[in-house]
Amino acid sequence: MGMGGIRTAGDLVLRMQLTRGLKIDQAKAYVAEKLGVTPFDLSDCSVMRELRQSLDIGYPMPDPGAAKGIEAKIKIARLLGIKINSVEQFRKRTGF
Amino acid sequence: MESFMTRMGDGSAVCLSAEEIKSELKSGTFDAADRGKISELNAAELDYLFEIVTSPVNVVSVVRGKEIVTSSDSGAFKINYQANISMDRATAIQVHEKVLSADSLDLGNIDYSYKAVKAILHDEAKVMENVQLNTVMPVLYGAMPNLGLYTRPDGPVENWSELLPLGKIAEARAAQEKAVEHAVKDMVYVAAGMFEAGADGINFDTCGASGDADILAALLAAKEIRKLYPGLGLEMGMAGEFILGMHGRLEFEGIRLAGLYPHKQVELAEKAGVSIFGPVINTNSNKTFPWNLARAVTFVKACVEAANIPVHANVGMGVGATPMTPVPPVDAVSRAAKSLIEIGKADGL
Repeated sequence: MGMGGIRTAGDLVLRMQLTRGLKIDQAKAYVAEKLGVTPFDLSDCSVMRELRQSLDIGYPMPDPGAAKGIEAKIKIARLLGIKINSVEQFRKRTGF
Repeated sequence: MESFMTRMGDGSAVCLSAEEIKSELKSGTFDAADRGKISELNAAELDYLFEIVTSPVNVVSVVRGKEIVTSSDSGAFKINYQANISMDRATAIQVHEKVLSADSLDLGNIDYSYKAVKAILHDEAKVMENVQLNTVMPVLYGAMPNLGLYTRPDGPVENWSELLPLGKIAEARAAQEKAVEHAVKDMVYVAAGMFEAGADGINFDTCGASGDADILAALLAAKEIRKLYPGLGLEMGMAGEFILGMHGRLEFEGIRLAGLYPHKQVELAEKAGVSIFGPVINTNSNKTFPWNLARAVTFVKACVEAANIPVHANVGMGVGATPMTPVPPVDAVSRAAKSLIEIGKADGL
């Protein structure tokens, strides 16, 4: 019943709830619009794996060289137009 | 007469007729409506609950497209401490992300109380830093206000649970008010450290466990943290459906806390700046699963209707219609989750 985290777009939808206080339908609509898919697609691991691979924003069983952890979150922050605290702290410490 | 296998609130199996299940559903929603002064579920909703309860399949799920997101209040303990598998918390969080498909998780200390974490914040922060480098999903830091820890002999204030039976009401109230001050200070201190460590949010778990002073501490801390760190996520999960008036006179933003049910609790959480609210509906283990289910859905539906922020209903052992047993039957858990999402309109679990 859960969206499925990085298998799909569950982590992204939850980020919108946490950072903007959006209800589930609003959060899905926001993420879907940013990703150029429908809210229905967000829970489909077939659609989302390919999309996450092409956007390089973290996915299970990653290919060699795929963005992991903080690397993926830097891209997610840019993609969703939000600030992610760990990314901000990383920027502060590395000065990039 | 045809009968359907369902559960009691303690998880044991029971067979009930269609009429008995319908009667239990009606009685459960009435109980919630009566206690909370909220609307009962309507006939269509009760019919749908009946359909969910009597479905012949073992595990049920939501209609496609209605999937929700999940948050947690277990400190990443499920694999290591609880399942007793040798694994550190940082690794457990990666397993939750990459293998178990969690949408988010909280990191926490096994004592799971802000007072206990205060003394080891420097080490907890390092774990959070590692976790944040290696994970993609949001990871919060979780612990409880746990106001009882501030009482003597372990804490600095007198124990109100000892004072109250002696009739020392004023002294008991004063002790709780003092404990609130200490707890707020500790929660803000831990939140500051976890913000620096990169946490996506702070989870205040089991709020109200020590009564109205306990939830007041969490609300005041949330308000202060929101002011200091506007972008930090804040989740607030409750201890029970009803705030106990251990003090009785405490207020937040002019509202008396004692006696509030979830649909009123969420309004105060919003005022405090909370991002996600987690209502708890207690399971009565002597009643049937259908009774507990209708009751939980009634409360959660009213809470979601009153909320402007996402509501993640607690669905664990003994809450949210889930049977009160260490290993809840998955038939009951899946029915509880489906009902809370599709009828209660929960934004998450």
